[in-house]
Amino acid sequence: MDDCGSPVLRRLLEALPDAVEETHARLGDATARVGRSRIVEVLQLLRDDPELEFEMLTDLTAVDYLGEEPRFEVVYHLYSVAKNHRVRIKARVAEDAPEIESAVALWPSANWMEREVWDLYGIHFRNHPDLRRILLYEQFDGHPLRKDYPKEKRQPLVGPRN
Amino acid sequence: MATDPHLFTDRQPETSEDDSERDLHTAHQVLNMGPSHPATHGTVKFLIELDGETIVGLDIQVGYLHRGFEKECESGTWYQAIPYTDRLNYNSAILANIGYCMAVEKLLQIETPVRCQWLRTLAGELSRIADHLTRCGAACLELAAMTPFLYGIEARELTWDLLESLCGARVTSNYVRIGGVKHDMPPDVPGVARESVAKIRGLLRDFDDVITSNRIFVDRLKGTGVISREDCLRYAVTGPILRSTGEPLDVRKTEPYLVYDEIDFDVPIGEVGDNYDRYLVCVEEMHQSLRIVEQCLAHLEKLGPGPVNVLDPRVRWPAKGRVFNRMEELIQQFKSVTEGPRVPAGEGYFAIESANGELGFYLVSDGSAVPYKVRCRPPSFINVAPIPGMLKGSLLADLIPTFDFVNMIGGECDR
Repeated sequence: MDDCGSPVLRRLLEALPDAVEETHARLGDATARVGRSRIVEVLQLLRDDPELEFEMLTDLTAVDYLGEEPRFEVVYHLYSVAKNHRVRIKARVAEDAPEIESAVALWPSANWMEREVWDLYGIHFRNHPDLRRILLYEQFDGHPLRKDYPKEKRQPLVGPRN
Repeated sequence: MATDPHLFTDRQPETSEDDSERDLHTAHQVLNMGPSHPATHGTVKFLIELDGETIVGLDIQVGYLHRGFEKECESGTWYQAIPYTDRLNYNSAILANIGYCMAVEKLLQIETPVRCQWLRTLAGELSRIADHLTRCGAACLELAAMTPFLYGIEARELTWDLLESLCGARVTSNYVRIGGVKHDMPPDVPGVARESVAKIRGLLRDFDDVITSNRIFVDRLKGTGVISREDCLRYAVTGPILRSTGEPLDVRKTEPYLVYDEIDFDVPIGEVGDNYDRYLVCVEEMHQSLRIVEQCLAHLEKLGPGPVNVLDPRVRWPAKGRVFNRMEELIQQFKSVTEGPRVPAGEGYFAIESANGELGFYLVSDGSAVPYKVRCRPPSFINVAPIPGMLKGSLLADLIPTFDFVNMIGGECDR
């Protein structure tokens, strides 16, 4: 696998060569796609390795590639304050078992962002301490950012007077 | 104050010894605050578990302003998402415009003209001042100090007047375009802006005189809502909250975009990471932004007239005179309006320093004229998450200044 000239990817490939499935550094963003079952291992290495030192999980989101197999991709953006570098880590999640290990134990910032991904994409994060909907309400049916959720769909109003 | 002895005639005589030994029954109380509460500016609900007046547990429920920002963006053209970004952080709409457009430009791999970059910087810094003024002014108001709020709003009016003459709108400005800005600034802007900068400095001085060493204000801010640098990093908190803990992280310095590497400005930092440090950091950032505004004005005048939009037919509409007289330009105009630009397939993340911290956009394109994925990394949402930890064990009254200086903006938090 190619490290694309990125020292972060080189170190990652050195330490966990079998976890990485694909790399690229297009548009200057170092990116690695890793196996779903290895995600916590990879993130832990990125956080704890003295050469990498990613103290921050800046962003966590998902993309729905409807029609592809596996369907979903969970995307992590990491930033290191000490080294001033960034990396994007991705993991594919299948539609029939949409779940992945939670990163809350590594960074508490994952808590709310994983709740948001669960809310809007319906991807389950194993061992999350409090996986509730966050932007929508409990009675909401479905996960609206999935590509097969129609934009015009209306849901019944809920509340004390309905 | 001495108690009037006649007021409490029914009162039992002072307790005997065995009474004071008896354990009083106490229970934790759950208090609902919001979603419509004057101090929640916007809509957010706090479920507070109280032991007397001490907060022992706090659940923050966001999402009341959720309006499907990402879903809407995924159904229009790349251009049609720009007005939605105005409504993310409506105190500093232009900063969100800039973040989104620069992320699209990253996918398109286009570089905007120099004059456009200076104009964007100017408009962005004016927005940052407006945002900080709202934050500090509203915080004073909620701590029952009306006067500084009025000074702040007067100064904010000056920045909004400038933005109005720059782009025709005061709040949701919709100024930035993919590959440029809507138009160049009118010729009277530099003169008016210099006067406004002087006036804003004067108002900030008044603001400072009236509140910065006010005993009540200081007592309510010092030592409340404390967060450590390490906790900030673990929670991915950025912006003035992180800088108030002494970490000088600012995207404008660490990964300079636009023309920030040519501008002379300082990044103020705090020491202990409490609300008072956050207040001081915000005030100093406004002074630094005023410095940047002055440098932008000087540089724009030195540059002289020039293009403010990139000459790339993929994103730039042809000149109106040619559209009316030539067939090719007419076709191009028609296609630009009805289809919008096609963005090459790929993914990109671009972050700017907004008033609340790192505002990032992660975009995925499948090569068509409609975005496949528009993810906004909202600093408001991420900065709210550590509040329960910041307030555990403190008094209920500390929630107000802490929430004020975290400056959650509902439009950006809930998207």
